[in-house]
Amino acid sequence: MSSTDTKQGTSIPDRLRSPFTRAITSWEFLLLCVAILIFFLNVQASPYFLDPWNLSDATFNFTEKAMIAFAMALVIISGEIDLSVASIIALVSTCMGFLVQLGVDTPALVAAAILVGAACGAFNGVLVAGLGLPSIVVTIGTLSLFRGIAYIVLGDKAYSGYPESFAFFGQGYVWWVITFEMVLFAVVALLFYVLLHRTSFGRSTIAIGNNPTAALFAGIRVARVKFFLFVLTGIMSAVAAVCLTSRLGSTRPSIAAGWELEIVTMVVLGGVNILGGAGTIPGVVIAAIVMGMVTFGLGLLNVPGIVMSIFIGLLLIGVIALPIIIRRARQRVGS
Amino acid sequence: MSSFKFSRDVLLAFALVALVALVYTRFPEFASVKSLSGVFNDTSILIILALGQMAVILTRCIDLSMASNLALVGMCTAMLNAAIPALPIPLLVVIAMLLGALLGCINGLLVWKLDIPPIVVTLGTLTIFRGIIFLISDGQWVNAHEMSPAFKALPRAHFLGLPVLSWFAIVSILGMFVLLTRTAQGRALYAVGGHPNAAVYTGINVGRTRFNAFVLSGALSGVAGYLWVSRYAVAYVDIAAGFELDVVAACVIGGISIAGGIGSVAGAVLGALFLGVIKNALPVVNISPFWQQAISGSAIIIAVIFNARSERRVGRIILKKAEQV
Amino acid sequence: MAIPVNSSQSPILSLNGIVKTFPGVKALSSVSLDLYAGQVTALIGENGAGKSTLVKVLTGIYQPNSGTISIDGQVVSLATPTHAARAGVTAIHQETVLFDELTVAENIFIGHAPRTRFKLVDWRAMNRNAAALLEQIGASIKPTSLLRDLGIANKHLVAIARALSIDARVVIMDEPTAALSYKEIEELYLLVEQLKADGKAILFISHKFDEIFHIADRYSVFRDGELVDDGMIADTSSATLVKKMVGRSVGSIYPSRTNELGETILRVEGFSHATEFDDINFSVKKGEILGFYGLVGAGRSECMHSLFGVTRPSAGKLTVSGKSVTLKSPADAIAHGLVYVPEDRGQQGAITGLSIVDNIALPSMKATSNKGFVRMAQEYALARDYTQRLELKAAALDQLVGELSGGNQQKVVIAKWLATKPAIIILDEPTKGIDIGSKAAVHLFMSELASQGLAIIMVSSEIPEIIGMADRVIVMREGRQVAEIESESVSPELLVSAAAGIAEAGTA
Repeated sequence: MSSTDTKQGTSIPDRLRSPFTRAITSWEFLLLCVAILIFFLNVQASPYFLDPWNLSDATFNFTEKAMIAFAMALVIISGEIDLSVASIIALVSTCMGFLVQLGVDTPALVAAAILVGAACGAFNGVLVAGLGLPSIVVTIGTLSLFRGIAYIVLGDKAYSGYPESFAFFGQGYVWWVITFEMVLFAVVALLFYVLLHRTSFGRSTIAIGNNPTAALFAGIRVARVKFFLFVLTGIMSAVAAVCLTSRLGSTRPSIAAGWELEIVTMVVLGGVNILGGAGTIPGVVIAAIVMGMVTFGLGLLNVPGIVMSIFIGLLLIGVIALPIIIRRARQRVGS
Repeated sequence: MSSFKFSRDVLLAFALVALVALVYTRFPEFASVKSLSGVFNDTSILIILALGQMAVILTRCIDLSMASNLALVGMCTAMLNAAIPALPIPLLVVIAMLLGALLGCINGLLVWKLDIPPIVVTLGTLTIFRGIIFLISDGQWVNAHEMSPAFKALPRAHFLGLPVLSWFAIVSILGMFVLLTRTAQGRALYAVGGHPNAAVYTGINVGRTRFNAFVLSGALSGVAGYLWVSRYAVAYVDIAAGFELDVVAACVIGGISIAGGIGSVAGAVLGALFLGVIKNALPVVNISPFWQQAISGSAIIIAVIFNARSERRVGRIILKKAEQV
Repeated sequence: MAIPVNSSQSPILSLNGIVKTFPGVKALSSVSLDLYAGQVTALIGENGAGKSTLVKVLTGIYQPNSGTISIDGQVVSLATPTHAARAGVTAIHQETVLFDELTVAENIFIGHAPRTRFKLVDWRAMNRNAAALLEQIGASIKPTSLLRDLGIANKHLVAIARALSIDARVVIMDEPTAALSYKEIEELYLLVEQLKADGKAILFISHKFDEIFHIADRYSVFRDGELVDDGMIADTSSATLVKKMVGRSVGSIYPSRTNELGETILRVEGFSHATEFDDINFSVKKGEILGFYGLVGAGRSECMHSLFGVTRPSAGKLTVSGKSVTLKSPADAIAHGLVYVPEDRGQQGAITGLSIVDNIALPSMKATSNKGFVRMAQEYALARDYTQRLELKAAALDQLVGELSGGNQQKVVIAKWLATKPAIIILDEPTKGIDIGSKAAVHLFMSELASQGLAIIMVSSEIPEIIGMADRVIVMREGRQVAEIESESVSPELLVSAAAGIAEAGTA
């Protein structure tokens, strides 16, 4: 119920630009154009790209990472970072593997996973929000610690023998080519969209990232919000761990190695300011799909995974550098 | 109020001695000169990298691409050696250093000229450098038998009773010490990290100084690249993968503030040695090497809690009463 | 050796037709300025008049688009701060010397440290020279101590030592007394006299007219990036300068108030903190403006922070509207109708990266949201209402606060607190660093709020503001409450003597 028509003499208009101009000048729009371009390049490059089963398979290489990326986006928007996410996956997966050996069944496995993930997140949260330590260092420490525990437990061995019902999370299909993970990805994306853009919690997160002191003075419980964000990231890492473990059917301590940097890349590519204070969930969704399509497209061309990382790296620097270069060039022309 | 306080470096040195003493109670041989110089030699590469990382962190930046830089330069030197075995090794070391500096240059330029946050830049170059190794090597290994004997011998050769590898670390330590305490450029690193705005007013070019720090860390990574490949006598895509975090860990344990402007050469070296001692002591006292990661993780967390306590600014104390307590 | 003041002498530094533009803004348009040896020239202007841009041009941080800078009649280019330092121009700015982790000597000499034969930093020579410089200005500071262990006044002395160390001929002092106490300001004046006697040309930027008339020989008035007037201080008056500065005459700055005081709404008893303040007792009534005066660092802001729940007090009892309360966080305080408008706008007040509407709605989110979900229409309605009441000037409500002028930013900050409909509002230095026009608007608004029954606590270091606005004044010194003075008996002398501890004057 907007009532913009009650304008008086000195009143200030609500919006500087219309929602439409806002949308087409946004980062998400630029990213969407990149996504469409990559889509058509892929269609051109390989006849196998448009096969629905191939496309369905391709979603696996971003859905799990993206689920963590949504939570990571909120953490980064609040001005912090969590580099321990992949290690939380390793620890959660190890715990599940351990419980499987004791004969624990699927529902309890998932519950335990969420609990362990939340506990890991709470540990980070206490150190960062409670003690006020820099999150980049804390989470480099817990990165070593959490995966280190997995190594202590497993060494060079592996857990397997997950129950059959457990396979559904990472291998199940809901309908035709629609996997369970795709549905979960969509639901999680929607939940995080609402959380960040439609709730006062999300508003607080953005305010904290812009200026934590001013946010505190405005009555926001800064430490509490940050603590909760780390717990949330821990939980999302656990969800990803369930899907990944289910898909692989086994647990090694090196599971999901290096994911933390890929996830941060995804978030930054999605237009979230690495310095905090700005970012959107739709941006992260598109970034996840872009990264997934690049990986899949190059895979169809038999380009090895490691070379794809060059593209991801170039994309990361390129999409951030390009607007800066354009802005500079425009200023130079202007003056 | 007591004005008696330990410097962080002294405290860390005590912790290191205590750690060695602890291992000594279980295994006296560990504390022998021979064994300890072995630990130092084994930690040399980490020390060299930590020194470079420190220069970058002092300026409020971070270089996550060091390990990829090391691997790329290592691969290049190995392939160069395999292709032209006659190339003198000292020249090869210089080439490694220049190549590393060039890669550091790319990071530095992106940070300086385009103002992209260093963590983003080096996250990008981390993956790019790694990918390039695959492109140039086609995923193939360069094995020991393809390398010339001189290439492999240099780090193992002894000079004044110490392996040349250790001498590389010692020269780097001395060089960094002089640079950081006695040159204008070195002091500028502290100024830029301590207070970038104020640095501008004193005539220091903040971007340029950061660029220099990245070139320095790149050059040291390059040298470390040759040392790594020649020492282990193998080069492949994944060497030193994830080592960038160990380097940051050494700096954090060494008391170098991630917020910039605080840190010393002694701290970085002690931080690296701390991790080195743990790594070397575990097999000696019969603990599975799989414990190493968890222990160094705990060390980082303890160190950062400790650093934060000693860095915490004492607010201005207004009451006279409180001052006298 | 004193150089006689002589206006016919040729200037050391002269600016001619300096133009500096930024995208969309002309910050300086054809500015000319001469600085003479042994003279203090006061640079006067409202915020945004172009003073700080001029300082940045002079210190080599900005390059002018056109115009010339000459030193001793020679045209020079100040391409970088290093060039400016070599040309003998230095600025003592709040940000000039602030390397907390470096030693005092290094702070003085960074950028031009003495070198040994091998081009290495000569620490011994540096410490020796620093000791000599510090002694010259009568500062008892050890060159080897870390800057972070120094108080704010000593940091200023280090800044001055630095200015002397580069053998500057032109010294720019940008609001040098902003963070200094009464006594420290007196000492600074002595130093300025010494610099004058040494034949340096001084450009003195200040908002305080008493200071300008005390210390300056000449003045230059800036308005909207243009030089509107200059001349000798002896030939002018503060009224004339104010008129030129704002381009219109300002009548009585302080609104006259006759208030009906209501019941006591806040009572503070035995309020103490471990290190910052001790045994503070006061109460405020509805419709009352209670002034808190004291020197900078007397513990006033610290006391207010504890009251607002930012820091934890060690003892004390708070009663709000007759009910005893404990405020553990700003969120608690806001819920009890107590709000605090911080002194430091950029750090604690406005969130410059967010829009006007986001800023205003932030502390009121409980009221505008529904079960945790934000309602944009309510937020806009709130923002529209309060921006109108405060006559904010902005292009749109979704404009970023960082794009507004200082005065308008302060209005947004006040609006966001008023929108929570508080019963008690604490204003910490409400007009610090804002121009005279906005100042009068803020004062008028304060008196309106009081007449609507709001209790106002105003922390201020400006004596005219305290005398002009407050119904009652509490004076603090070194963390303790030393006087309580009713408005009819308040005088500048009483305030200063109580705050400086010269004589125990005025009791409750």
